[in-house]
Amino acid sequence: MMYNSRNIIIGLIIFVGIFTFPFVLGAGKANEAPKLSLDTPKINELIKKEPIETVEFMRNNHMQLLSDWKVAVVRDGNRVYVSQKDGQEYDMSLQNTCLDCHSNKEQFCDACHTYAEVEPNCWDCHVAPEVIR
Amino acid sequence: MDINRRKFLKAGGVLALGLSIAPAKSVLAGVKGKYAPGPNALTAKNWAMVVDMNKLEKDVEACTMACHKEHNVPNIDNKKEEVKWIWTDKYGHLFHDNKHDFMNKEMEHRHFLALCNQCENPVCVRVCPTKATFKNKEGIIMMDYHRCIGCRYCMAGCPYGARSFNFKDPRPYIEEINPNYPTRTKGVVEKCNFCSERLAKGLLPACVEASTNGGLVFGDLDDPNSEVRKVLDTQFTVQRKPSLGTKPKVFYIL
Repeated sequence: MMYNSRNIIIGLIIFVGIFTFPFVLGAGKANEAPKLSLDTPKINELIKKEPIETVEFMRNNHMQLLSDWKVAVVRDGNRVYVSQKDGQEYDMSLQNTCLDCHSNKEQFCDACHTYAEVEPNCWDCHVAPEVIR
Repeated sequence: MDINRRKFLKAGGVLALGLSIAPAKSVLAGVKGKYAPGPNALTAKNWAMVVDMNKLEKDVEACTMACHKEHNVPNIDNKKEEVKWIWTDKYGHLFHDNKHDFMNKEMEHRHFLALCNQCENPVCVRVCPTKATFKNKEGIIMMDYHRCIGCRYCMAGCPYGARSFNFKDPRPYIEEINPNYPTRTKGVVEKCNFCSERLAKGLLPACVEASTNGGLVFGDLDDPNSEVRKVLDTQFTVQRKPSLGTKPKVFYIL
């Protein structure tokens, strides 16, 4: 038999209660994931509204893709990306290619990054469309 | 269930193997597209430049302006914190090995153009602890600003003063931001890149384009028929501080 079992058990219940109450309180009340708008002048002109690779791939791997682009451009002097999806060629540039079509950075970048609470430092150097405006 | 020591260790081994292979999955699932150089890219084995001060004379200002505008170089009016890719200085500062007390006055006070020498044997590359500065396959000393940690070893190493440190956010000091080129951020070193981003599009460097009188000649040092080699073959040229053994690739006709 445990010493001071009454106090310990009460203490444990209070402890578990305090540490789980944010989860209990928030259960079933997930913040809605942001729905991104594709309403930009350049995208509206397109007949087929598709990203450079599949949506799924871009959603999961865009950060890796951008990192690899940087290495390809800066280190190896390759500036053109040939998409595996349809063989189309793109100039590898965050500022001049990605944000040319997706000129709504608040939607295209910030919406998800704010939701996921990540703060990439791309825009410390790369010029965001709102800086030019 | 009964588990003995032997079984436990076996299971642990399998687990450890699995954990060590797992990261490879993300590598294999990496980027799938292919890379290629631009279709109009100007290429060379070893880019070099000749600065002909006799022809350049009036274009000096235009050259520096064109470069600094193109690359979003801030205009900070404080010698200690200034940022420059290309600039002018007096003979005594640039060629002090060959300075003497009886110099021609005109020569002594003339403003000579100076920029990164894109050395064959670059000190900055040797001292950089993160490989942020490196020599690319075309002989250009490049910077990967993503890797720069701002230690400034390269600035201490460079004998030509070609590198500048961003002591503060440069953006407020850029008059008009060129939307096609990034700026830099506080805490990184920057310098001339021989306009590698322009060469990739088939354009000559901004300063060369601004020197309307042919004061700046740009070309491949390894190609005996290139423009720079023709000038080097026919005229007497000098380099800045050749005795240091850095083998500068910016040559001067004074």
